[in-house]
Amino acid sequence: MWSVPEAALTTQADTPAKVEVRDLSVHYGETKAVDGVNIDIPRNQVTALIGPSGCGKSTFLRCLNRMNDHIAGAQIRGRVVMDGEDVYGPDVDAVDLRRRVGMVFQKSNPFPKTIFENVAFGPRVHGLRDAVALREIVERSLRQSALWDEVSSSLEKSALELSGGQQQRLCIARALAVEPEVLLMDEPASALDPISTAKIEELIHELKNSYTIVIVTHNMQQAARVSDITAYFYLGKLIEYGPTARIFTSPTRQETEDYITGRFG
Amino acid sequence: MPQHTDKAYEEELAQLRSHVLEMGGLVEEQIAHAIRALTERDESLARETMQRDHTVNRLDVEIDELCIKLLALRQPAARDLRLITTALKITTDLERIGDLASHTAERALELSAELPIKPYIDLPQMADLARGMVHQSLDAFVKEDAELALSVCASDDPLDKLHAQLFRELLSFMVEDPTTISRAMRLLFVSKALERIGDHATNIAEMVIFMVRGRSIRHMDAVPRVL
Repeated sequence: MWSVPEAALTTQADTPAKVEVRDLSVHYGETKAVDGVNIDIPRNQVTALIGPSGCGKSTFLRCLNRMNDHIAGAQIRGRVVMDGEDVYGPDVDAVDLRRRVGMVFQKSNPFPKTIFENVAFGPRVHGLRDAVALREIVERSLRQSALWDEVSSSLEKSALELSGGQQQRLCIARALAVEPEVLLMDEPASALDPISTAKIEELIHELKNSYTIVIVTHNMQQAARVSDITAYFYLGKLIEYGPTARIFTSPTRQETEDYITGRFG
Repeated sequence: MPQHTDKAYEEELAQLRSHVLEMGGLVEEQIAHAIRALTERDESLARETMQRDHTVNRLDVEIDELCIKLLALRQPAARDLRLITTALKITTDLERIGDLASHTAERALELSAELPIKPYIDLPQMADLARGMVHQSLDAFVKEDAELALSVCASDDPLDKLHAQLFRELLSFMVEDPTTISRAMRLLFVSKALERIGDHATNIAEMVIFMVRGRSIRHMDAVPRVL
């Protein structure tokens, strides 16, 4: 045997996982959407979930902040443990959980309100009334989402007047305004042009210093660019996960290899 | 292994493999011709061999262009990425082997006008060894056979030993009779070229192991006996 220089292929996984998922399964009626998934989502890193349509990656993502609670017929088994606490535990308030685990969707969905009100909405719902504090939060969130310079002089304009890429960054600012710990992103850039996409990806790089990020993407190059860990899902099962550099150069499972090299179906 | 969903991509990768093989086959032939030109004192074969180095160089450029195109347009990953980066690197080695064969042909041309200082025994043997290593490393490339590639790395030793032996022998010629110096030096250059070809074949074999297994065995103190 000999030693292999794997320094470039490993990540700094010394810190305990932010979220530990154990034996997670989701059924929609008769259909098994997620099948016995075990994964550790590392703190302050970007974890990308990849796989073909219908592989369960979005359903899995929505389990992390209990977005499946409202889907009729969805049955969830297993455990999702965030910082030692099962998010499906009886004492957990799902609304509070969703403050801690924010979400950004494929299609930007700003409220038909001003830019300011979009970002201030979450903190207001959570009871913040102080105008000065609200202004500070709005500015900080817009700066974090790299939108401040473009909108600082037009905060009272309708959010719907923004471009698609700006709307998506506004939605990220809105998610950040309530100071979440984890940010879930479901295809956040799939409807955007390359420049807006690059801005979102740059933003993801910045945000991982403060947040744990889980991103679902169909764009494998995007997964390769933005993530530290890549997880490949197929038919509801987690086939393989590991450091992104390793998954994209030397995956261990044939199924992963076939998918990322485009030998599929 | 399943085929690519994109058939054109599949064909481009097949084309890359066949180009590398074509270049390898040509280079092997160049080694054989160069050494035959030397032993048979065949000036026209020597000239022809030197001339054919241009074809090797052209293939080197073509394969590079194909690899760069594939990298830019296909964003290859995993085994495809390893195939393309391996092709990029081994064509550099093949091109150098081509140069060394061409240099050998130049020495053959110079020596053809002079009396031989000894019968050619070791050099043809070294050429066979070197050519065999090149052949096997490319065979391993095509068959994606890491074990075969590993055996190439191990076979570099006999070639190095023959070179060292020939060096001592030629040195004794030069010490005894200074009029042999220019001829002995030229033979030494040939010996060194063949020894270097073995090194390049080893590089190719090491890249093949990376291509197949996804891990590098380069720059290790000793060649691992098993993978």
